[in-house]
Amino acid sequence: MTALPTRHDEAWRYADIAALPALWPITPEVIVVAPGDSASRTWVIERAAVHDIAITLGAGAQMTVHVLNAARGYGRLALRVTLGAGAQFDLGAAQIAGGDQTVEIVTEVIHAEPDASSRQVVRQVLAGRASGNYLGRVVVARGANGSDGSQSIRAMLLDRGASANARPELEIHADDVKCAHGCAIGELDADGLFYLASRGLPPAAAKALMLQAFLAEAFVGADDEATLMAAALTALEDLL
Amino acid sequence: MLHITDLHATVADKPILKGLSLTINAGEIHAIMGPNGAGKSTLGYTLGGRPGYDVTSGTVAFAGQDLLALAPHERAAAGLFLGFQYPVEIPGVSMVQFLRESLNAQRKARGEASLSGGAFLKLAREAAALLKLDPEMLKRPVNVGFSGGEKKRAEMVQMGILDPKLAILDETDSGLDIDALKVCGEGINAIMRRPDKAVLLITHYQRLLDYVRPDFVHVLAGGRIVRSGGAELARDLEDHGYEALA
Repeated sequence: MTALPTRHDEAWRYADIAALPALWPITPEVIVVAPGDSASRTWVIERAAVHDIAITLGAGAQMTVHVLNAARGYGRLALRVTLGAGAQFDLGAAQIAGGDQTVEIVTEVIHAEPDASSRQVVRQVLAGRASGNYLGRVVVARGANGSDGSQSIRAMLLDRGASANARPELEIHADDVKCAHGCAIGELDADGLFYLASRGLPPAAAKALMLQAFLAEAFVGADDEATLMAAALTALEDLL
Repeated sequence: MLHITDLHATVADKPILKGLSLTINAGEIHAIMGPNGAGKSTLGYTLGGRPGYDVTSGTVAFAGQDLLALAPHERAAAGLFLGFQYPVEIPGVSMVQFLRESLNAQRKARGEASLSGGAFLKLAREAAALLKLDPEMLKRPVNVGFSGGEKKRAEMVQMGILDPKLAILDETDSGLDIDALKVCGEGINAIMRRPDKAVLLITHYQRLLDYVRPDFVHVLAGGRIVRSGGAELARDLEDHGYEALA
């Protein structure tokens, strides 16, 4: 990538374009998992950064990716994943932002061959005037029957000025395919917060407990689940 | 312990409590009975400080403090426990973590040392055994997948762990079968029937009062207490209905 993107580019539509010159140019990273192998990788983004990653999974390969995007400044992670026959890709990602920060995750998962599966879970907690974005495209190529793709996208807005953009997108060129996506944007449950408060939890602790539960779904199964959650809680503390 | 004087409260600008006065001393168990819509649950939520329940006039003193000036979590730390008619489910938050953090938040507010994980678990197991609740359920998310009866027993387990001065129990008997009713009744007696504690039972029916014998019974109607008496008043209400007596 050499030329700076603009908002006319769909994948950069909600990006913090003004932050890009300071981060440009970026070096794409390439990850290849050989047929039958398995791999895992975790990205923790705490400073302004743009990551561009291309992943190719060979036949029967597996990869699990976990992301905590709590960048102070513009944080973006773009993944382009190509799945071979029977390959399996799992993404669990959390984004936490406050102030006027923009954080985003952009994925394109291509089921290039039959019987591959992909699962994406994204949880966002947004405060202040922050913007959290998830653009997720799943492409099932012609002949890639038996594909199984799922996306579960949820965002929690802590303040009126915060915004979440979630855009799941399916492009299916095969017949025998199972693809599901769910998306929800909401606020913390007031009844739940009062229940916790009535037992003695101060407001910030009650919110943190509920948000911890909300974010935990993104980190399930991570080797470093406890470390990720601890870093997430530190980021949450600044918002509450 | 609790002095409510001429309390008026509204919910969504609609007056519900209209001049309620009530005094509860340490060592006493009071029952508030009344027809639907009398304001029973509103009284519980108002004393607990639930947002949306607005006090328009009157005072409430609790253990020497102005209760109405305290936030809900401060009321808990001061020794108030509100047993919910419909305990809230909170997916993803384990009962053990929630209760341990709650208890330690209360202890911190009172200037007491935190309880260690081991000491807390011992306390939680004892409380669960008292209410005949499988301690494994405390590892589950708060109230998620609990039956109606289990939720109510779990409320009593929470009360046992948090050890309040005053428990306000809103329809604790609803959704309980006969056996569970007996277990909850015995739990309330074991935890709260003490010279330094008090209970306010909010209930529709007399049946819980067979197990937890109140010292005083009050009839709430139209947002005020219209009649007070001893335990026999509950029996009269059961026999004759609210309209005849209130």
